Amino acid sequence: MTSDIAAILAIDGIATGAVYALVAIGTVLIFTVTRVIFIPFGDIAAFTALTLAALDAKRFPGTGALVVILACLATLIEIITLLRNGERRLLPRALFFYLALPLAVVGLAWLTMRAEPPLAIRLVLALMLITPIAPLLDRIVFRPIADGTVLLLLTVSVALHFALVGLGLLFFGPEGVRTEPLTSLSTEFAGVLISGQTMLIVIAALVFSGLLYLFFDFTLVGKSLRATAVNRTGSRLMGIRPARAGTIAYLLGSLMAGVSGILIAPVNTIFYDSGFLLGLKAFVGAIVGGMTSYPGAAIGAVGVGILESFASFESSALKDVIVFSLLIPILIWRSLASLHSEEEIEE
Amino acid sequence: MTRLHVQLAAVAAVACLALAPLVLNPFSITLMNYIGIYSLVAIGLALLTGVGGIVSFGQAAFVGVAAYATAWVSALNGHSPWLGLVFGVALTCGVATVLGVVTLRLQGHFLSLSTVAWGLAIGFLFGNVEGLGRFNGISSIPPISIGSLALVSSAQIYFLIWGIVVVVLFLGYNLLDSRVGRAMRALRGGNILVESLGINAFRIKLVTFVIAAFLASLSGWLYAHMSRFISPGPFDAGMGIEYLMMSMVGGAGSLLGGVVGAAIVTLLKNSVQDYLPLIAKGASGQLEIVAFSALFILFLQWARQGIVPFVARYLPKIKRERPQAAPPLPRRPQPTPGELLLKVDGAERRFGGLVAVNNVSFEVRSGEILAVIGPNGAGKSTMFNCLTGALRVNKGEIVFAGRAITRDPQSRIARDGIARTFQHVKLRPRMSLLENVMLGTYARTSTGLFAGALRLNQREEASTRHEALKQLERVGLGDKPFELAGNLPLGNQRILEIARALAADPALLVLDEPAAGLRRQEKLRLAELLRSLRSDHLTILIVEHDMEFVMSLVDRIVVLDFGSKLCEGAPAAIRSDERVQEAYLGGVA
Repeated sequence: MTSDIAAILAIDGIATGAVYALVAIGTVLIFTVTRVIFIPFGDIAAFTALTLAALDAKRFPGTGALVVILACLATLIEIITLLRNGERRLLPRALFFYLALPLAVVGLAWLTMRAEPPLAIRLVLALMLITPIAPLLDRIVFRPIADGTVLLLLTVSVALHFALVGLGLLFFGPEGVRTEPLTSLSTEFAGVLISGQTMLIVIAALVFSGLLYLFFDFTLVGKSLRATAVNRTGSRLMGIRPARAGTIAYLLGSLMAGVSGILIAPVNTIFYDSGFLLGLKAFVGAIVGGMTSYPGAAIGAVGVGILESFASFESSALKDVIVFSLLIPILIWRSLASLHSEEEIEE
Repeated sequence: MTRLHVQLAAVAAVACLALAPLVLNPFSITLMNYIGIYSLVAIGLALLTGVGGIVSFGQAAFVGVAAYATAWVSALNGHSPWLGLVFGVALTCGVATVLGVVTLRLQGHFLSLSTVAWGLAIGFLFGNVEGLGRFNGISSIPPISIGSLALVSSAQIYFLIWGIVVVVLFLGYNLLDSRVGRAMRALRGGNILVESLGINAFRIKLVTFVIAAFLASLSGWLYAHMSRFISPGPFDAGMGIEYLMMSMVGGAGSLLGGVVGAAIVTLLKNSVQDYLPLIAKGASGQLEIVAFSALFILFLQWARQGIVPFVARYLPKIKRERPQAAPPLPRRPQPTPGELLLKVDGAERRFGGLVAVNNVSFEVRSGEILAVIGPNGAGKSTMFNCLTGALRVNKGEIVFAGRAITRDPQSRIARDGIARTFQHVKLRPRMSLLENVMLGTYARTSTGLFAGALRLNQREEASTRHEALKQLERVGLGDKPFELAGNLPLGNQRILEIARALAADPALLVLDEPAAGLRRQEKLRLAELLRSLRSDHLTILIVEHDMEFVMSLVDRIVVLDFGSKLCEGAPAAIRSDERVQEAYLGGVA
């Protein structure tokens, strides 16, 4: 391997890693606030890419139907729960957030579609359509078992991923998509050609993690999320509702996943089931940060990207084997590094 | 319902299984074969996940390792499938041992995540290794032959598959009811409990892990030679979660639940394939997995216990006979009364900058009751944890019965004769009183894994049972030995812990705040019990901060304050000591 090839591989790896980093940060966000290891984040990213591709092709994406179905389900569950608890007065609120808002988003997207909007608007539409999915899934799937063990939540999360892959095929079809590059600029750095898309990916990753940092440190909502992450009961006593914090975390997380999906779509061909590996690799990165540290997760994710890039140069068939085998030593290191209290398993 | 009824039911079930091929059509027999093959994996998972508390997403990879191994031996190299069995089992168990040694020290969800990791890595390997047919798989795998009879048709291999399932269930239930099996069932109580019983928790986890992998390898072998063709698909991550689902639906922790779960999932999947097109016309096959995952999620939300435990609640309870008298278990040589038993010399333990225990020295002589007391935060519990090996001292030495135990692991210290109880009671709530106490005898007994599964050592088992009943009677809990420990009130739970500790035949009994949370009557009963133990020449060390309880009971007291030893002496002297009064009351009034 010459230094030229090494440099190209490294840049390629950093770009891929930056995409993973966005998803990894979302994963950490959800885990700290809700204790759910949200495996389906990769699917959210892949669905964003598929949504954007459909919009580009002037078709209304399947995401719309998916959101409508999930919104109806979530509303139904919310209404039943409220009626059972005798909280009738909360019904209008529930109808607004779980039914009217998602439907309005889909309706808006549908109307805007007819005007054949430019790329920038299409990007916004894709993100708008994708963000309700994770919070709605949270309401349907995770809220009823919010107090379960991490392991139970993980098992449910894995099952949810498989459901989403099936839905992906149903709503998006089996064809892979690759969207137009967002920019055709390119620049040369130290003798290596860097495409504008690569630069854009890295910049977007930096900007969005920066925004998240500002959100957490300088807004009350951000601080309430951090409080929930530290201690659910304690923050509940302070008047923070963990369920609301969870919803915000899912919204933010899916925004991050959506952005990463948009960024990766011009680089890789995305299928309905591409999300799994994307999500898992991001997840490997998140574990490097111990599932708690945002910078750790970002660094880990970039590391995974670089490793994958070099591994695929050595043996493209075995690159995934290499990446996932590496997870085991990382887990051991994390497990040794974290101060663990004796964890008893639910009977 | 007696034991005999259960045995009759089992025989009837086996007879039904044996006669089933006479009435079932070929398609149903094939379905039954798949159920049997999946059952093996699910039984392994019931043991690993339900009993041992290790959630594994990667069992499908083990099935695959064995299937590919036997296909490689038989289809690619032309040897007998039986050689494939030996190779497949050996390879799978070898891989499992290596993975287990590397990962089983991980905690909680880290461990489960590692199973996702190696499950995926191995799964990818099948499709990418040259010589294993890549994604096309390996075809024309020969059938299994017994003598000159080749098991080609599904009705023929049916008997082999279900024969293996029945044998596995039989051995599995025997195992769970044996010494090693009880240790496995204790794993869910956490490492500290298991180690305090003299059990090497890591080894028991590894054994459980390898057994589960072994069952998966049997399944893989049968699968390869039944379907005669393998490709990476059936061993991928999706199948891994399906196996987990089978064992959870059937009822995690129940071996029979593995079979029931495998049956339900397989039949459900089959009917989903049949009926889904009727509901949603033209729906792609992928809707199947959506429906399926949705059902699983609903199941996890609403019926986590699983089917077999749910049904078992409505069956009449099995009546069990009180253990019969049996030859006693061997006892350890007890120290002569008055002899130096435990010596703590200059012990120091730091947590970062905090010195929790600072240069503490004291001695315990055989036959006495010594109390370590002190106000909150005095370092009592830290001292206690250092004595039992749950923590290491940074400086100083601890000598027990003439041997330095300063650096020994917990289980070694427990085997040497220090038995303990816990401030926050650690019992196995779903095991009976008798079984909880039997756990205490682990270090005194020796029945191994195979002897337990084959019921070869019934004499020792009878002695163990008798010993446990004796200790229950000794502490006054002998009237209902088959009650579940979780049903006892707190006071009796603490006393049950003492019975468990006594069952280890300890030279020194250490009790961590035994009176905490007890009502006055319960405290009096506890003190009575401890006095009677002293009259049996048992040495007892109590860590406690209830002064009244301690004063009337013990021979000597060591007072700790802010990590250092304040003074030491007889109760009366301690009571009048000004420094003690100051520490407890903040100055002499």
